[in-house]
Amino acid sequence: MQDLANSAIETAKKRGASYADVRVMDIRHRDISTKNGEVGTLAESESLGIGIRVIASGAWGFASTDRLTREGVQACAAEAVEIAKASALAKRENVALAPEKTYVDTWQNPFLKDPFRIPVEQQIDLLLAADKEMRRVKGITVAEGTMAFRRIDQLFVSSAGSSIHQIKMQSGAGIFATSFAGTEIQKRSYPSSFGGQHMLQGYELVESFDLVGNAGRIAEECVALHSAVQCPEKQGTIILGSSQLGLQIHESIGHPIELDRVLGMEANFAGMSFLTTEKLRKLKYGSDIVNVVADARLEHGPGLGTFAYDDEGVAAQCTPIITNGLFTGYLTSRETASAIGEKRSGGTVRCESWNRLPMIRMTNISINPGTWKYDDLIADTDDAILMETNRSWSIDDKRYHFQFSTEIGWEIKGGKKGRMIKNPSYSGITTEVWNSFDAICSRDHWTLWGTPNCGKGQPQQTMGTGHGAAPARFRNIKIGVAFAK
Amino acid sequence: MSKDKPLSINDLERIAERVLKLSDAQETEVDIGATTDALTRFANNTIHQNVAEEILGISIRTVVDGRTARSTTNKTDDDSLRRAIATAVSLARNQPKNPDFLPMLKKQKYEKVARFFAATAKTTPQDRARAVTRVCKMADKRKQTAAGIFSSGESRSVLANSRGLFARYEQTRSEFSVTILESHSSGWAKENSPDIRKIDPEALAESASEKAAKSREPREIPAGRYTTILPPSAVLDLVGFLFYDFAGTAVHDKRSCFTGRMGKKILGDNITLWDDAYHPLQSGPAYDGEGTPRQKVLLVDKGVPKNLVYARATAKKMKAKPTGHGFSLPNDYGEAPMNLVIAGGDKSIAEMVRTTERGILVTRLWYIREVDPYEKILTGMTRDGTFLIENGCVAGGVRNFRFNESIIEMLSNVEMLGPAVRAAGEESFEMVVPAMKVRNFHFSEVTKF
Repeated sequence: MQDLANSAIETAKKRGASYADVRVMDIRHRDISTKNGEVGTLAESESLGIGIRVIASGAWGFASTDRLTREGVQACAAEAVEIAKASALAKRENVALAPEKTYVDTWQNPFLKDPFRIPVEQQIDLLLAADKEMRRVKGITVAEGTMAFRRIDQLFVSSAGSSIHQIKMQSGAGIFATSFAGTEIQKRSYPSSFGGQHMLQGYELVESFDLVGNAGRIAEECVALHSAVQCPEKQGTIILGSSQLGLQIHESIGHPIELDRVLGMEANFAGMSFLTTEKLRKLKYGSDIVNVVADARLEHGPGLGTFAYDDEGVAAQCTPIITNGLFTGYLTSRETASAIGEKRSGGTVRCESWNRLPMIRMTNISINPGTWKYDDLIADTDDAILMETNRSWSIDDKRYHFQFSTEIGWEIKGGKKGRMIKNPSYSGITTEVWNSFDAICSRDHWTLWGTPNCGKGQPQQTMGTGHGAAPARFRNIKIGVAFAK
Repeated sequence: MSKDKPLSINDLERIAERVLKLSDAQETEVDIGATTDALTRFANNTIHQNVAEEILGISIRTVVDGRTARSTTNKTDDDSLRRAIATAVSLARNQPKNPDFLPMLKKQKYEKVARFFAATAKTTPQDRARAVTRVCKMADKRKQTAAGIFSSGESRSVLANSRGLFARYEQTRSEFSVTILESHSSGWAKENSPDIRKIDPEALAESASEKAAKSREPREIPAGRYTTILPPSAVLDLVGFLFYDFAGTAVHDKRSCFTGRMGKKILGDNITLWDDAYHPLQSGPAYDGEGTPRQKVLLVDKGVPKNLVYARATAKKMKAKPTGHGFSLPNDYGEAPMNLVIAGGDKSIAEMVRTTERGILVTRLWYIREVDPYEKILTGMTRDGTFLIENGCVAGGVRNFRFNESIIEMLSNVEMLGPAVRAAGEESFEMVVPAMKVRNFHFSEVTKF
């Protein structure tokens, strides 16, 4: 593959490219799902191809192909240059890239058990065992389970001299119980909703979940929700479970800090950001205890945003995003870092597959844990609603106003967890809500959650992102608007 | 490269024949798709991304003793195809037997649909760049900023199986979407069509530019229930959330909002909705994921949900007839109508505005998510040009709202309908839908811009 990549670079240069980089990616998937005691999806796929990005006449061009012959790759490189020259028709200024060293390296994330070597029968049996436990509970109308595994073998080569080979192994699983009664559909998920929990790990991650051991619990909670108290409409304190805080970070910190959004590059689809460049190192984003980083390094954990190099050959880094409440950093690419005068890209550029243009994506956007023990946080709270496991999420196109709802809630009264609450929801303005953040649990309660389905770009790309979070408390929040009449 | 030599239907047929020949599984199905796509993306009045891709997917499903599984590759050599077949067989073998399993379909007859236009297939990066340049120059001249995409492409597919079924389909696609920005306002317009000649980028940019200019300095008005005029793109994005509720499987699983409501009058008299793959403004093949011919299905008749759609296995389970709406097997979801058409009326948006004393005119909806799956409450935001209507006139731009609205209620409160058109939104696939004037639409909060 190195020869084909080199051939693409040489062709692009000969055709007039001042810069070129290529990604040869070999991607393998295994997807399994079960529903009500039967196997649903059972599929494997593989996809191998090359994506070639060039700068010619001062503008970008990109083309991709799965015809991995010398002729196919050279034609693809020539088309990328032709497209760049067409882009130059509407050029205002030449593309400039922040400098980056060149690297020749090989990297693979550590894992214990290759999920593709685990017999599929064993994986199905595990999902069906959890399915059976869920359906033991009277009132469950749909029991579902999923597993998804992904192996990405990729080679990055650039005209500057980098040649980086990385292999990433990703695993994930989840179970879901649904109950219909009267005029209500309720759902509970474990370990997380919308596909479960995913990390850059092997099958050992799935084994660590104890899906069967948790199946009965979530099924019982699901049925109990029908007779739970409706979430009140009021202003008050909320405690978010760690996966919901992970999503709160994703939507109200992770997306607004993408510098391509800030600079208007996503204005037509994903939208822009309220975090305009004059706010850098000036805006009080959150309360003093809010400390958020964008960390792609393995030492942060095996998250979906972990790698050694991004997809434009920049080494993984940790960028302070919010420091003691102050907004201190964006997610940047080589092009956008250069546009705002930063010395170096933050290394956050990734692409979904070989046929997609690399773009700024969240790495692991995580909040630092605090010192609270979970039980102490509950005991310290006089009146609140504890909300767990995301059910719906929506935020405006500048990432100011959001509304989230969760699958389940509980009343906290006088420091004790009380009645179950159904249909919990809360809403607010991003900076107002983060400034009302007043407690977060310790490292013991911190989880690096994986969001496998983040969409961005045109053509749209789906990417996995990581979010480290622990249960946390917010004061004076608008509660219950989603169901208000 | 692919632009000069895309894989032809004949090429795909030859690959399909090879797969069927190489496989010794009890039954084999092969679904091959070849797509070439190109997209020119612009922002800040310049092209900042310009991409092209060609994708080939060879998806093979095998059957072993009433069990089935799928394996997909983009490699065409015999060894890779043999490996994909072996993977599908191995996956199928290692699972419990499905008692409801049906044998593959035999040869079928399909109605012809013509959705391939040479003008679209021949579009070059230069053609798209020239159109985008004109739009960017127009925005520049007006001290506005343009962002958007102009894309074009073609796709071909072949579905064949070892019991003699053979189906083929070719289609082109093109799309132009534009956002025009001012410092405190924006406007948006979007269209797509299999025939690029039907798309007028400059006219769309003109419309978006006018909305941006007219919504300058938006004022904040309180959230509440307003008479609201939704253009076809907004109707599409909302009604799109109903599509899976019409699946037989969704009702069987009791997770459709029509569970217990079939045959009951739950929507307004003026709401009639069907699925029709053969409608001249629709796109897509005349067959479903298993090769069953698509049927036109009346889903809602004058406010009454009448029929659902069914894949073969769902139909058997629910004692109904297959309608040709099944997804590729194996899957959990069964089926869904993919070619929704809502009966329109004869009112223009101008007439809707003229007859509104106080209300809201929407341009675009955004980030719509389901809050309550049975009452079908959706939340989301307005975006890119939200206007206050006073005394029958557009009185200026307002800050964007969050809504929490039940679609069931919304479709019971429709006062006027525009003509049904092919609409393009962001949250759903394309449909043929009208603009709607809706009373008591629930805007629950206001954002900062």
